[in-house]
Amino acid sequence: MTVVTEDSPRANGRAERKRRRPAGRGRLTPWLLAGPFALLLLGTVLVPIGYALYLSLFTERLSGLGFDGPHDVFVWLGNYADVLGDTAFRDSVGNVARYALLHIPLMLGGALLLALLLDSATVQLRQLWSLSVFLPYAVPGVIAGLIWAYLFSPGVGPLNDALPWDPLGSDGVLPSIVTMATWQWLGYNMIIFYTALRTVPRDVLEAATVDGAGPLRTALAVKVPMIRPTVFVALVFTVIGSLQLFTEPLVLRSFTSSVTSTWTPSLYVYEAAFVRNDHGRAAAASLLLALACALLSALVMRLSTRRSR
Amino acid sequence: MNSPRGTSRWTSRGAVHALLLVAALYSVLPLVWLLTSATKNVGDFSTTGAFELADWNLLGNLRDLFAEEDGVFLHWVRNSLLYAGLGAVLGALICSACGYAIAKLDFPGRRALFAVTLAGVLVPTTALALPLYLLASELRVVDTFWAVFIPLLTNPFGVYLARAYAEAAVPDEVLEASRMDGAGELRTFLTIALPMMRPGVVTVLLFQFVGIWNNFFLPLVMLTDPKLFPMTLGLFQWSSRVSQFPQYNPLVITGSLLAVVPLVIAFVVLQRQWRSGLATGSVK
Repeated sequence: MTVVTEDSPRANGRAERKRRRPAGRGRLTPWLLAGPFALLLLGTVLVPIGYALYLSLFTERLSGLGFDGPHDVFVWLGNYADVLGDTAFRDSVGNVARYALLHIPLMLGGALLLALLLDSATVQLRQLWSLSVFLPYAVPGVIAGLIWAYLFSPGVGPLNDALPWDPLGSDGVLPSIVTMATWQWLGYNMIIFYTALRTVPRDVLEAATVDGAGPLRTALAVKVPMIRPTVFVALVFTVIGSLQLFTEPLVLRSFTSSVTSTWTPSLYVYEAAFVRNDHGRAAAASLLLALACALLSALVMRLSTRRSR
Repeated sequence: MNSPRGTSRWTSRGAVHALLLVAALYSVLPLVWLLTSATKNVGDFSTTGAFELADWNLLGNLRDLFAEEDGVFLHWVRNSLLYAGLGAVLGALICSACGYAIAKLDFPGRRALFAVTLAGVLVPTTALALPLYLLASELRVVDTFWAVFIPLLTNPFGVYLARAYAEAAVPDEVLEASRMDGAGELRTFLTIALPMMRPGVVTVLLFQFVGIWNNFFLPLVMLTDPKLFPMTLGLFQWSSRVSQFPQYNPLVITGSLLAVVPLVIAFVVLQRQWRSGLATGSVK
């Protein structure tokens, strides 16, 4: 068996051979190191997903006259059809889509802009700026939701009076939730982009300057293309995060009635499982959400490889 | 530096700093609000301006916070520390071992494991929480410490980062020398590779700590006993009562401050560590 480690191109032939010599011991001991994580991955990701897949094919029905109590009936993809046909679910998908269309460009665009500013020659106090913008990342989502909910509340927060619209009204909650989530993730992504920008070779930048490119031109034509892989990875994570939107709207529900109990797909799952006790339907909606995340991230990945060719 | 677009150096420098200032204010002001609000009593909270200081009542609020419901808040602090502290140390060790094995050792199933790990990075945690709950309720472990603790140990992204760190920081020659000396794989990892990967391990540990500390959805679905709640879930539960009982406002706000402060301090103090850790991780 010849396994060439893709990671060390020099292949280190001698080392490889020696490593394999104690056949019985040498080949399986690495599992001592990798095993604990492999078990966790199996037990807390693969098995639960498989079990949810199984449960999603059943629904609870009362049999006959109902004297025997409810029992599980196999319904094929019936739960999936129910979820997709439910207007509440489709509304929740619409909310998350509108949220993502606002949040993703604002947050990632803002983070990229700030990272470029930090990386530009004229900036002073870099550490102070980057640390202050990063701090909200350290705030738990629930707490972030609470802080902003108070800031938006009439009588308590200044924003309710300052804004021309009601941030907790039925049209205002979407921008409010975007404001909260952008607050949380802006600095984190800024740091990631800034870190990537620092690795752009300085001689490339000097060459651009020698060729007469100004700071703006250098940023857009040289720096951004060079960190494109990092930007796409951040985009994938942001898309996945956006589809899962849950905490901020849930917290807002204690402050306003504008957020319904099924406002996002994750809230829909929560309601189906714990309010309506319909586990089959909740499992189906969960898996649909996971599937949507997988498809969208695959799409983004494809875009990233196609563009860079 | 010449500016070919005719913008003078002064204006662009001014504009750059103005934008950074706006971003910094957007990020920091809500935290300042949290700080000032935690010092107010119930009355001042709704009558004084948002950033204005009223009578200093922080100690009173803290006393009320820890006295509420027979001191349940202390349980929440302890639980958060336990879930996040123990989880991060154990999780970072597990991730580092696996990342190191994938990067540096050759074993059957290595590629498959890495592929599944990468897929695991993309599995949305919210979509996973319900399947975990369903499985836990089948196993009758819902509403236990373990139902929250064990799933949060799983950190595929940590393995991905640890693999990058191991590749960058641990030379093959050193491992080879250790094997020649007769050290087993486990000992080589613990005594040679792990110390070399230290900045990376600290980064994984810190970010896993934050991830667990901030986690909310899993405890929300798994736990009903308030004595097992982490701070996030407990404060959420109190916050759902504020519209009917305004006396919960100072408790929620002071509690929130206590939930935020340790992480802010950790990030400020460990700045050099996580910045360099993120640098290694983001290049790969």
